[in-house]
This record gives sequence, structure tokens and C-alpha cells, in this order.
Amino acid sequence: MSWIDLIGFGEQGRGGILLWAMCMTLAVTAASLCIGAVLGAIIATAKLSASRPARWLGDAYTTVFRGAPELLVIYLVYFGGSQAVTAIGKWLNYDGFLGLPSFLAGAVAVGLISGAYQAEVYRGAYQAVARGEIDAARSIGMGTLLRFRRILVPQILRFSLPGLGNVWQLSLKDSTLVSVTGLAELMRTSQIAAGSTKQYFLFFIVGGALYLVLTTLSDRIFNFAERRVARSFRNSLGRR
Amino acid sequence: MDFDVAFLWSTFVKLIAAVPMTLALFAASVCLGALFALGITYCRVSGGLLLSAFGRAYVFVFRGSPLLIQMFLIYYGLGQFPAVRHSLFWPVLRDPFSCAVLALAFCTAGYQAEIMRGGLQAVPAREIEAGRASGMSGLLLFRRIIAPIAIRQALPAYSTEIILMVKSTALASLVTVWEVTGTAQRLISQTYRTMEVFLVATLIYLLINFIIVRLMALVEYRLSPHLRERPNPASGGGRQGEVHG
Repeated sequence: MSWIDLIGFGEQGRGGILLWAMCMTLAVTAASLCIGAVLGAIIATAKLSASRPARWLGDAYTTVFRGAPELLVIYLVYFGGSQAVTAIGKWLNYDGFLGLPSFLAGAVAVGLISGAYQAEVYRGAYQAVARGEIDAARSIGMGTLLRFRRILVPQILRFSLPGLGNVWQLSLKDSTLVSVTGLAELMRTSQIAAGSTKQYFLFFIVGGALYLVLTTLSDRIFNFAERRVARSFRNSLGRR
Repeated sequence: MDFDVAFLWSTFVKLIAAVPMTLALFAASVCLGALFALGITYCRVSGGLLLSAFGRAYVFVFRGSPLLIQMFLIYYGLGQFPAVRHSLFWPVLRDPFSCAVLALAFCTAGYQAEIMRGGLQAVPAREIEAGRASGMSGLLLFRRIIAPIAIRQALPAYSTEIILMVKSTALASLVTVWEVTGTAQRLISQTYRTMEVFLVATLIYLLINFIIVRLMALVEYRLSPHLRERPNPASGGGRQGEVHG
């Protein structure tokens, strides 16, 4: 059987499974980005807050989740989560091991890491918002919430787009490690295909190439988005 | 999970014994990666069309694809070919440690090359002109003018990359290298106390990273005497940061 058949869409081909696995990788990464966005916003607020304990907690969070190996974070979330679920099961009179769904565990673990990076992105973006705009909003009588919604959020989102692109790329690559929990994403599927056909080289090359497709495409999309949100900035920055 | 201090301590001691392996992976791959990166940076700034295309392609492939797949490609993928198994590279490619080092080095080379290029591009053209005008050329110009400015500029990005590398060494456990993470997994299979062991392992990585961050900050401080705050009588003893803070 030629290698074309192996990665094709025929009966013996793995093309279909690999494409499906690519969608799974995208889904885990997207879910982790959303979880990370919520966490990141909270942590960034904590790090910018006037209260010392909140700042301290925020710093501790970013230090731990940016400093610990991603693989260990995934192990900790997966096994820790499973232990917790098992304990709840025992409490409900169910004996035996209950595993955390690997998609959930993976998304939460990568989300925890992505949250630490996103917090730094949002913090930088907040600090980039011109103080004068906030003063202006205050002087025409906008309250805290209105100021937040109309002045801060739109600009923070704009400023954080390039950084978010980086976080997305990082999470995309971190999501390969979710394969250790058995989730059939791109890494795991390439591994299984490689093992069952003994064509390790072929399938790891194909898997790697598919990741390149994903990173290249997402790079394009983020560049496009950046150009789009920059339209209204054209005059103030004096360049496109 | 009970809080068993004796167990945590014995785990800590066992995992510390695996730290030299982690550090060996880290040091070997960062140094080898820096060598590769120098070559790639040379390709990219040399101006040759073919060379710079190779440099760009290298950076694209190794930064765009995940490290784990690169590591598996080298460890499992290359061993598939009889030609490789019978070549003189086989003793290197058969060994999980050297495969892990190769994969880590190839990967970090892509990132390091970008950092080096950024550093080189930050050297002001006028400083090079001034060096040339005073009769420096070639290696002397590089050693006295280009390298110091480029290194200073690249250092913060470099320290980030180095921290990322410390974390990446954990992946070597997946190709059966017994560094800290691998040893932790082995301990877990003996004791079934997953959380405690992984938490201690995480703590060890955080300690290593903390020490490296401090060391890099020290290097940065030593290399940038011109940026240090001078005592400024106008703002009361040079504590300018405090005034605005």
C-alpha cells in the first residue's frame, strides 16, 4: 500500500480521521482560549487592583502557571479532577474510579495556562489606554460601568489582539499535550495511526504538516483581524 | 489527599535526584540550539537568496509545529528506516536522551534565531559606520560593536526562551528519559499518590525557573551599567521610581 493510500480518504486511508482530529484540536484550543479569557480578565483585574493581597494573588497565579511545565499542569488537572470526581462518586455510593472527561480536563488545563498569559496581555492593553480618555469620560459624567463598557473594553480588545494571537498559537501547541489524557486530537490520532501502520515517519510528518496548516491559517486570520480593527486608528497612529 | 509531610519530603528527595538529568537536557539543548541558531541567523542575514529562504523555512517549520511531534518524529520516525538503523548516526538516534536533546535543540534554534536576528537588527547602522571609520572590520567589529549591542538587546527575550526550555524538558519523559517528570511518573506507578508527587515536581520546576530568572536578571544588570539609575539630587537620592509609583 502506497503512502498516498495511507493518508488518503479510501477504506484504509486515515485522511478522514486526521481531519476530524484537526477539528478536535481546534475545539480544545478554542474552549481553552475562552476559559483563559475569563480567568485572564479576573487575574488582570487582580494584578491592577489597589488591594495588596489581590495583586499578590494575581502575581502568584501568573508565576505558577507560566513557570510550571504544561505537561505537569495537564497531569495535575486530569488526575486531580478525576480524584475529585471519584470522591464525589463515593459520596453518592458509587464505588470505583471515575475519570474526568478528557476534553474537559484538557480544555481546563490549557485554559489555566492560557489565562496566565492572557492576564499579561490584558494588563498591557489596559495600561496602553490613554489616561486622558478616561479623564474625559469621567468629566462628562460617565459612571464606572459605562466608562468600562464604552471606553475601556473596546480599546483593551483592540490593543490585546496581537498578544491574543500569540496566546492562541501557544495554546494550539500546548493542546498537543492533551493527547496524554487520551483525547483523540491531532497529536494522539497521528500517534495511533503511526503505531497501527508502523509508518511512524509518515504520520508524524503529516501530523506536523497539519499543525503547520493550523498555525499558518490562524496567523492569517489574526493579521486580517488586526488590520480590520486598526481601520479607525488610521489617523491617530498616522499609518495603516 | 492527606497532608503527609514525611511522604512529601521523601518524594522531594527522590525527585531532586532527577534534577541533574533535567539540567543536562536543558543545558545540552540550549547550547546546541544556540549553535544551530547562529547558523540559521547567518543564513537569514547573509543576503543570499537561497540561504535566506532556507533560514525562513526552518524558522517557519520549527516554530509553527509542536515540539512533541518533532520529538516523536526524531525518536520513533527516523528509527523506522533501515538505512538510518544501519548508519553511523544510529547510536545517537537510538538513545532517548540524545533524541530528546536533538528535538529540543532543533525547536529552540528556530526561536533563538529570531531573537538573534532581532538583536542584530537593533544595532544602529551609525555605530557600525563609526566602527568602520575608525578602522575596525570583520571579527573585531563584530566583537567590539555588534555583539555587545545585539546581546544586550536580545537578553530579555532570551531569558523568556530559556524558561520555556526548562519547561519543555518535561516532554522528554514521553520518550522515556528519566528526568524530573519521568521520575515523578515512575514514583506514581509505585505509590499511586498522583497529586502529591506531581505537586512536588511542579514545585521543583518553579524553583529551577526562579533561580534562572534571578541569574538572568543579574547578567542583565551586569551588562547594562549605562542604564542603571544614577543618584539624582533633584529627586531625592535617585529613587525616581517611587515618586511616580
